[in-house]
Amino acid sequence: MNTFMASSFGPALPEIILAIGVLVLVLVGAFMGNRSNWIIGTASFALLAAALLAVGLTPPTRTTIFAGSFISDDFARYMKALVLLGSAAAIALSSDFMEREGFARFEYPILILLSTIGMMMMISANDLIALYLGLELQSLAAYVIAAIHRDNVRSSEAGLKYFVLGALSSGMLLYGASLVYGFTGTVSFPGIASSLQGEASIGLILGLVFLSAGVAFKLAAAPFHMWTPDVYEGAPTPVTAFFASAPKAAAMAMAVRLFIGGFPSITESWQQIIVFVSILSMVIGAFAAIGQTNVKRLMAYSSIGNVGYALIGLATGTQAGVQGIIIYMAIYLAMTLGTFALIIGMRRGNQYVETIADLSGAAQTHPWRAFCLAMMMFSLAGIPPLAGFFSKFYIFAAAIQTGQMMLVVLAVIGVLTSVVGAFYYIRVVKIMYFDEPKPGFEKLPDGAQAVLIACSVVVVFFWLIPSPLVDSAAHAARSLFH
Amino acid sequence: MGYALSLSEGWDVAIGCRMTDLVAAYLPLAIFIGVSMVIAGALLVAPYLIAFKKPDPEKLSAYECGFNAFDDARMKFDVRFYLVAILFIIFDLEVAFLFPWAITFGDLGWYGYWSMMCFLGILTVGFVYEWKKGALEWD
Amino acid sequence: MTALFFYLFSTVAVASAFMVIAARNPVHSVLYLILAFVNAAGLFILLGAEFLAMLLVVVYVGAVAVLFLFVVMMLDVDFAELRQGFLQYLPIGGLIGLIFLVELVLVVSTWSISPDALQVPLASNAPLEGITNTEAIGRVLYTRYAYFFQAAGLILLVAMIGAIVLTLRERAGVKRQDISAQNARDPKEVLTLHDVPSRKGLPESVS
Repeated sequence: MNTFMASSFGPALPEIILAIGVLVLVLVGAFMGNRSNWIIGTASFALLAAALLAVGLTPPTRTTIFAGSFISDDFARYMKALVLLGSAAAIALSSDFMEREGFARFEYPILILLSTIGMMMMISANDLIALYLGLELQSLAAYVIAAIHRDNVRSSEAGLKYFVLGALSSGMLLYGASLVYGFTGTVSFPGIASSLQGEASIGLILGLVFLSAGVAFKLAAAPFHMWTPDVYEGAPTPVTAFFASAPKAAAMAMAVRLFIGGFPSITESWQQIIVFVSILSMVIGAFAAIGQTNVKRLMAYSSIGNVGYALIGLATGTQAGVQGIIIYMAIYLAMTLGTFALIIGMRRGNQYVETIADLSGAAQTHPWRAFCLAMMMFSLAGIPPLAGFFSKFYIFAAAIQTGQMMLVVLAVIGVLTSVVGAFYYIRVVKIMYFDEPKPGFEKLPDGAQAVLIACSVVVVFFWLIPSPLVDSAAHAARSLFH
Repeated sequence: MGYALSLSEGWDVAIGCRMTDLVAAYLPLAIFIGVSMVIAGALLVAPYLIAFKKPDPEKLSAYECGFNAFDDARMKFDVRFYLVAILFIIFDLEVAFLFPWAITFGDLGWYGYWSMMCFLGILTVGFVYEWKKGALEWD
Repeated sequence: MTALFFYLFSTVAVASAFMVIAARNPVHSVLYLILAFVNAAGLFILLGAEFLAMLLVVVYVGAVAVLFLFVVMMLDVDFAELRQGFLQYLPIGGLIGLIFLVELVLVVSTWSISPDALQVPLASNAPLEGITNTEAIGRVLYTRYAYFFQAAGLILLVAMIGAIVLTLRERAGVKRQDISAQNARDPKEVLTLHDVPSRKGLPESVS
């Protein structure tokens, strides 16, 4: 028993900091009630910053603790930093929203922090149990956040739909995990990988299929995307911004580690599934978005399509592919959060509006905001020299490099669907610049402004100094293929 | 066919060895449940066979202080019942985790001790939270 | 003997699971669910997993099923009406299900589990000599798997916070008993003695 005492908790320091901080904040909130909203909001930022610092201080070497179920490497550090930034942005975006809509509660930042701990556990999960527990911690907090505006029917509906479908997907994931355990006799990813030398049995493939279905659900990849538009539309806008950013990055990191760490010897088996999911997501993301009138629904389909592009990188199963995913998720986070910062600014006559038509003529009333949104849309459409172009470039390049026919076709489909996608992104720009102006919006809240500026800088100036992001992504990807 | 065969063989291999003494260990319980089910079943079935039955609509309707029943007896429960039930489940689970800990307490050492203290600490924070929020009050 | 109990428990479990979805009255569905849980607990005992059997009875039968009953009653939905179509569509639904089943059997029956695959989990789960399975769980859960254990604690905390955030409402104008405030009341501050003159009553300023 004494061997366990010797294990050091160092690599899990970011999670431990967040967990202890959350417990303290719960107590502060319990004793001070809603008067403590301001304190808890600020303290959450401080905690996320401290965790980010701790992530930076963790040694880049590959270490496992807790009997091998928690792994810390460059990949985990990179994705955790991304998730922490995404969560901080989500809290910043919500700063004024909750007060204005009259449902400010101190539990909101606390639940975001708990969800963030879950995401970091997903990223560091090195066996199926840790993966499931992290996923459940993340989603359980997310279900509550979706319904946090509980007097609003649409918010409650969003929470309920998210919960029921999320529980279903957790069930599928667990079923798959139990099959995999049954056929390999172990839950740890390296153990699964080493027991899978040679031909995989049908039972194991069945388990893999269920695992992929569960993961696709959490990623909101087609054909498991049905919940996304309703949940994104119904949830309060800052919550939607949160759902579209950090959890996506965490789920993607989890998928990468699960497939590449756990099933490297049967790549062909899961490659087919990923390719199928990827094509379907890109097509649905591109075509279903065309008819949308609500900005949040549009962003929901946009996120489905973007997950499809990122999955191309996973389908390659190569180091370049993983590097592409990492860059893609970082830039996707910047584009999505920037867009949502602008959607939160769409407030006129004391209420939030969210149809695309409400943006008409915004270029005349709010030239800067319209410009930023135009940049975000051009970037999402993949127009050079904006960041969105490079993220797609790395992914497609990785697919073509492999020289496999299937992946090259996949990349071509990706290019074609981004052309379709460009249509609806650019339509937003057209509405802003060439349609009749409507009355102006209210002033952008400070938090949203800060997020907008940061994201715009990343999106617009990425091409000037791409090396920090690209190089660290290369390091991170290499750590998975030691 | 081969599938069915191999599966049942596997099952026997898996549990066959522990089986005989297991059934022996639970034999009193099995007999107890068997006897109680026979008695309960007999008491349920006997009235059908021997009781005098002559139903009419008045006898079968619900008695509501001499009125005709206003509406369905099932009505909406207050959501507070649900809150109490879910808080109960959470602490039920917490207690369930204590059983194996208590049994192995001597072997676990300090690491196991503090592991449990940590777990209890997390849930105590939750308990303080719900106490201060007034979730345990019924007003 | 064992086979007898196995078939008894599994038959009742499957039959009551079917009744959960087939029963017209939702309360009956929950009761059948309880029966299914109890039989699953019996199967666990046959496997030698007494602790899991106890958990199933304590947590699922004792708490979760009660919660289900609350929810069924709270929803106030006429389930009988909702499921009216069920038995009506059973023939065609059952036919499609049967076709799927036959297809699955055709696919799966060509595949037999290799003896090696069956040995893998057995080898890693070799029963420990002389200790009960509760003890076996306790020996690893709090040390080797402490990480999972703490994560479970956090998940329970989220459940607690979530249930309160979503359902607890502050009710206005409720008079609560505050025992410390009651005990802290000082007779000197709240009680005054007045000599009330006969036939005059208390002066206005006091009453």
